[in-house]
Amino acid sequence: MIAFVIRRIIQSIIVIMVVGLVAFVMFRFVGDPVNQMVGLETSIADRELLREQLGLNQPLIVQYWHFISNAAQGDFGTSYQYRRPVSEILGERLPATLELALVSAIFAIAAGIPMGVYTALYRDSVLSNIFLTVSLIGISLPSFLVGILLIFIFSVHLQWLPSFGRGEVVDLGWWSTGLLTATGLKAIILPAITLGLFQMTLIMRLVRSEMMEVLRTDFVKFAKARGLKTRVVHFGHALKNTMIPVITITGLQFGSIIAFAIITETVFQWPGSGLLFLQAVQNVDVPIMAAYLLMIAFLFVLINLIVDVLYVVVDPRIRLEGS
Amino acid sequence: MSDVLLSVRDMVVDFPTRHGLLRAVDHVSFDLSRGEVLGLVGESGAGKSITGAAIIGLIEPPGHISGGTVHLDGSRIDNLGMEEMRRIRGKRVGMVFQDPLTSLNPLYTIAKQLIQTIRTHLDLTEKQARARAIGLLEEVGIPAADKRIDDYPHQFSGGMRQRVVIALALCAGPELIIADEPTTALDVSVQSQIIDVLKRMCAEHGTAVILITHDMGVIAEAADRVAVLYSGRIAEIGPVREVIKQAKHPYTKGLMRSIPTLTQTNDRLTQIPGTMPRITDRPEGCAFAPRCGHVMDICRSQQPATRSVGNCEVACHLETEGGAS
Ligand SMILES: Nc1ncnc2c1ncn2[C@@H]1O[C@H](COP(=O)(O)OP(=O)(O)OP(=O)(O)O)[C@@H](O)[C@H]1O
Ligand SMILES: [Mg+2]
Repeated sequence: MIAFVIRRIIQSIIVIMVVGLVAFVMFRFVGDPVNQMVGLETSIADRELLREQLGLNQPLIVQYWHFISNAAQGDFGTSYQYRRPVSEILGERLPATLELALVSAIFAIAAGIPMGVYTALYRDSVLSNIFLTVSLIGISLPSFLVGILLIFIFSVHLQWLPSFGRGEVVDLGWWSTGLLTATGLKAIILPAITLGLFQMTLIMRLVRSEMMEVLRTDFVKFAKARGLKTRVVHFGHALKNTMIPVITITGLQFGSIIAFAIITETVFQWPGSGLLFLQAVQNVDVPIMAAYLLMIAFLFVLINLIVDVLYVVVDPRIRLEGS
Repeated sequence: MSDVLLSVRDMVVDFPTRHGLLRAVDHVSFDLSRGEVLGLVGESGAGKSITGAAIIGLIEPPGHISGGTVHLDGSRIDNLGMEEMRRIRGKRVGMVFQDPLTSLNPLYTIAKQLIQTIRTHLDLTEKQARARAIGLLEEVGIPAADKRIDDYPHQFSGGMRQRVVIALALCAGPELIIADEPTTALDVSVQSQIIDVLKRMCAEHGTAVILITHDMGVIAEAADRVAVLYSGRIAEIGPVREVIKQAKHPYTKGLMRSIPTLTQTNDRLTQIPGTMPRITDRPEGCAFAPRCGHVMDICRSQQPATRSVGNCEVACHLETEGGAS
């Protein structure tokens, strides 16, 4: 078990190093860092001095090492646009993105699992067909369209919910949350649905197919033949056995939720890291782009690791083999 | 309390399919006494499993019982509602399936599965149920049952798992067990052990058994009576000895000749020529007629009625016509 976790951590570090290389290449070669920082009137000598100071004359491998070790300490350089440390800016924006992603994921799970179970158990019912039709829409509509549609209905037409921003935010020092104010809660509903709809559909379809598969297995038949209550057979025996693929997909999708937040954040002008990244791209603010890339990679790897450990918790077969 | 525990009369099971109704079980009738072991044999697809599933009310929709009756201890059970039938399952009629590797839920300890089943049917505390479960595991021959009970299914071998499955089927004290090929998936070396366990447990608890199998050896060893199923119908039913020694139906005779015995000197087993007709294109008249060496004109046009011959019941025109055997 411990050996397994250590092995996975080493693999994760390798993945991060590779992504770090991509980020570094971008950082170093997309445009000239010196040109980005200095004005037009700076002399060649001054430029060379700056180049020396920034360590840009050193061998690439040394530069890469500096980049990675600085990044590991949370130092991603200075933003060209804001002239402030990237880590500081990202730190301000991250809570908004993570809260949005979390609420979306909860929405996707809380709606997706029951809908999946229902459609598997009552295959031919009217409600199942409605769920399946809606899920088809969820899968085929791009999220910016869903967002605009929701804004049109709930903000413009019904005027129930705000169409942009994060509402009032409570500052907890290291974290700013919108989940403690009424306006903040209202503001997160539409973006969370927009962002989570695709994942909800995915989870629902996954749970449905896994559940139908498990309901056909011998141990479910045997559980029925022993006269266990239908509820126990369905939820105790069948649903629990669908959880491994569901945990995998849900976990991995959490990474995608954060990554895809870029679009939703743009539609709803949500002040998160996705919006920051998009503005950085428009302004060729390479340090922010590189940092964002590394951050997303780190989150993906972290989530993967957690998913692997969760398997072990759910499935005794893996748990006992390792011990 | 009558001596007859289970009485199946003219049971018909149909599966609606795209190509019309598929009659998997066609007017099957038999009785089972308390504590009796009835073997159910026949080729693959003869309808053995479906007969068992129909008795316990587990035919998968859209399949359904479309005729006949099933009485358990004098009261009719084939027309009960879902919830009433659920109370009978496990409590009065247990079931053992073929593959012990897949019959147990991999995510729960066997303690959890046993205690859950016991407490569904019997009014016991967690502690009492656990004690009962350990007792049952000891009875089916699991060593160190009080420790092994907290293991997961994958920590047991196939043979041990089938013992656990038998304990699970018996844990609420049913009057009848339907065992659908309980040894087919097992290693040959443990097959007879499992049959022994099943036989002993049922004898000790006074449980009747319907033993579904391909293996006439198992039948000879364990069953009191045997019913031979052919294409959804009973060809012959009677005491095991009589059916094995003096089979009357030509199909049963063929089946008996195909059993390897120690005394047999020729090393080639006789095969019955041809294959069982698919139930979709079952011929008019006797289903065995196309393969039968004694076929008569009447066999091709008229279904034989079931007649009593000695202690057996046979569905064959040879018996009605008094023809040669
Ligand atoms: N769900 C189903 N839908 C349609 N037909 C079915 C279904 N289940 C079984 N049948 C048909 O019913 C017939 C009897 O099947 P059954 O499973 O009882 O055979 P069996 O005697 O148990 O054979 P085996 O020895 O292979 O287990 C088969 O011909 C099969 O095609
Ligand atoms: Mg079968």
